[in-house]
Order: sequence, then C-alpha cells, then structure tokens
Amino acid sequence: MLTCKDFLSELSDYLDETIDAELRARLEKHITECPNCWVIADTTRRTIKIYKGMEAHPVPEDVQSRLMQALEKKMAAKGR
Amino acid sequence: MAVTSQAGLDESVLVAQARDGDTDAFGALVRRYEGKIFRLAQHVTQNREDAEDVLQETFMKAYEHLEQFKGDSKFYTWIVRIAVNQALMKLRRRKTDKSVSLDETIDTGEDTVVREIAAWGEDPEQSFSREELGEILDGAIEGLEPLYRSVFVLRDIEDMSTEETAEALGLSVPAVKSRLLRARLQLREKLTRFFKRKGDDAFAYM
Repeated sequence: MLTCKDFLSELSDYLDETIDAELRARLEKHITECPNCWVIADTTRRTIKIYKGMEAHPVPEDVQSRLMQALEKKMAAKGR
Repeated sequence: MAVTSQAGLDESVLVAQARDGDTDAFGALVRRYEGKIFRLAQHVTQNREDAEDVLQETFMKAYEHLEQFKGDSKFYTWIVRIAVNQALMKLRRRKTDKSVSLDETIDTGEDTVVREIAAWGEDPEQSFSREELGEILDGAIEGLEPLYRSVFVLRDIEDMSTEETAEALGLSVPAVKSRLLRARLQLREKLTRFFKRKGDDAFAYM
C-alpha cells in the first residue's frame, strides 16, 4: 500500500513522466483515493508549468553594449 | 560583430569556427545565449549588478578557455556551468553565507515540507498583471536557498535535463532530483498563497 509519503517522494518523477508504467499506475491509484495528494500533484504541476512559460527578457541594451565592449577588447588582446 | 549570417548555424559549427579564431562566430554564440545566461545569473544572485558581472565573466572565461571545451557536452551546458560557478561565488562574497556551497550535504526527502494544501482556482495567474505575476514568481524563487534555486532554475526554467543539470552543477543525479523535489514543493507552497481558490483553505494532511 502506497503512503502519502511514498507518493511525495515520487512526485517529481511522476510529473516529469520518467517512471515505469507499474509505478505510475500505483501513484495514479493513490491520487484518486487521496484528495490531498491530488491537490499537491495538481498545484505542483501547475507551478512548474507557470515557470516554464516564463520567457527570457532580452538583455538590456546598456548591459549588452558593455558585454560586447569587454569581449571585443579581450578578442583584440588575444588576436595580437 | 556581424551575426546575422551565423544566426541559423549549428552550434557545433559555430564553436569550431570560434576555436579557429573566428570572432564573429563567437559573437553569434554570445547572442544566442546571453539572454538565458543573464536570466540565470539574476535568478541565482538575486542582484542585478552581480548578474551583469556574471554575464560578462561567463563569456570572457568561455572565450579564454574555449580550447578546453571538449565538445562532449553541449556548449550551452558548459557555459551554464561557468555561469553558475561565477554566480555562487558572488553570493558567497556578498553574504558570507555558508549555505551556498553546492557540495554540502543537505537533508532532503524525509521532512519534505507540505504545510498548505489548497486547490488553485482556474488560471489563477490571470488575475494578476504581467508585472505582478513576474514579481510573485521571482519573489518565490528568491525565497529558496541557493542550492535549490540553482537546480530549479536549470531544470524547470532553462529546461535542461536532470543529467545536464547534474553536469553543470557538479552534482550527482540523485542530488539533483532530491533538490528539485524540495524546490518544486517549496515554490508550490509559496504560490498557493496567491493562487488558491477563494474560500478554500488548508485541510489536515498526513
């Protein structure tokens, strides 16, 4: 019998879908019977999804120009 | 550095050209990854000034040590490793925070904290503006310990595999997995405070 603790310890792999079918079936059985674990699985899945949807902002222009200047200097020094 | 012609080129081709001294090719690699490296640096250091330093140092070091890049991992994984090391160094310097060491053994798993269990509303993020949501998400990450933060950022924001994350951080696969679980559960908990369905509250657990 799978406990809530067992479920939690497998949660990441369950959400990443990196577990075998047998274990997956046992975990899925557990969440149909345990509303708390269902909520945790659902809200953790959504947490990951929200963060994955974050886009990288373009590097601000001033930051980028300083980066490029520093690199060009370095490249020139190496090229000598 | 003209980059337009290199934009679509395969990474390994660009790396090979850059190693042969083609500065435009290296410039193209910088353009390709600077946004991700800057974001990663901001998340790990939680400081804009430090993040800018990390961004510069990462590409300077990468350029300097390009001949040491073996090509058995992705170029991106290699520079992420440089960036994370630089970022953690900044944190150590800034905070004299002993918890910053990545090698430190930390207790995971057993007491994985779940305090609040409340279902979220449907698309709860819709009730916040873009800026508000950004602040909520960044604030939650900021509250994580650097150890968890780094693993979460690489795995779930940068979308790297467990193996790549382990390689970039110099950690074992099980260490990455246990830290990731901890980080995810802690973030879930922090976001629940904002996203839980109105009128729904925690009920007893375990």
